[in-house]
Amino acid sequence: MSKAVRTAADEIWKNRVEKINVELFTLTYGSVVSQLCRDLNNNYCEVNKQLEIMGENIGVRLIEDFLARTGAGRCNSFKETGEIISKVGFKIFLNIVPQVTNWTDNGKQFSLVFDENPLAEFVELPDDGKAVKELWYSNVLCGVLKGALQMVQLDVDVSFVSDVLRGHDQTEIKLRLIRYLKDEIPAGED
Amino acid sequence: MTIYSLYILNKAGGLIYQQDYNPGLLKLSANDYLVLAGTIHGVHAIASKITPFSLRDDSAAAGQSLLNTNSFLNHPLPVNYTSNKTGLNFIQTDFFNIYLFQSLTGIKFILVTSPNGVLSNNLTNAELILRKIYIIFSDYVMKNPFYNLEMPIRCELFDLKTTQLLKPV
Repeated sequence: MSKAVRTAADEIWKNRVEKINVELFTLTYGSVVSQLCRDLNNNYCEVNKQLEIMGENIGVRLIEDFLARTGAGRCNSFKETGEIISKVGFKIFLNIVPQVTNWTDNGKQFSLVFDENPLAEFVELPDDGKAVKELWYSNVLCGVLKGALQMVQLDVDVSFVSDVLRGHDQTEIKLRLIRYLKDEIPAGED
Repeated sequence: MTIYSLYILNKAGGLIYQQDYNPGLLKLSANDYLVLAGTIHGVHAIASKITPFSLRDDSAAAGQSLLNTNSFLNHPLPVNYTSNKTGLNFIQTDFFNIYLFQSLTGIKFILVTSPNGVLSNNLTNAELILRKIYIIFSDYVMKNPFYNLEMPIRCELFDLKTTQLLKPV
């Protein structure tokens, strides 16, 4: 991992990104999730689904901001994609740098492991016995990643593996490359 | 370099934005603008197919990793990665120039300007302007929750910001 990229991402985060108060951010997300739970009668599987859809809608828009602000080009490999997502993407949008790990041998699947998660800072899942088994509180992240990658012609399956909110040791998201959407790559690229 | 007009095309080559910044430009009919956009889209695609290998930008082919270059991230305005390596880049005529930038997601930004010869720094100028337009677009179009992707852009803030950037004072 090039140090230059890290320093540059840091510079973007510091000087070129608008910040908001973290309480406002976590409370906004929290109220969205809790309202969804109410609206869907604590059907947490459905809540997960809705959060992912919301995330996708964010991702397909956010990718333009990412590209415009960073000037990033196309990654040469999925490995590089992983590094850029973590060191640049998460860095400039959430100021966190999740670890990129658990690569499979074919280089088509990896995990992001989060030491901290600004979405879930003050959260405890409801103790109805169901939430800790079914709800992926931060599932919006999966949608964002999926939506954003889809816009740069990567069909990727994104899902939570574990979450400290559920009592797991770590928070982990798994990304699996299904395929490159070759037909959708704009003309002019090789 | 005077900016005459800006065109934005969606992935499919549909015109989603057209604005003139110079008074005295002849207006076309709505349909003609669409045809014009479609034509540029088509010519761009054809050009990408017939560009000889010897002229292609081979920086990517050389296997240069994104992570090991300083080419991105390092400037006040980053050098936009153009996904337009082999397609139509610009057209020069005695009456106007056309510059074309295509984002990784396939959106085309087309700038029509006054003719300004073959000076290479004009190309850089145009690139710089296109880069700024892309940032404005990502802010005031993509982040407008009521903008539907791929559809014509009707965002007043975008109009305002691009006009501020492009209109002669």
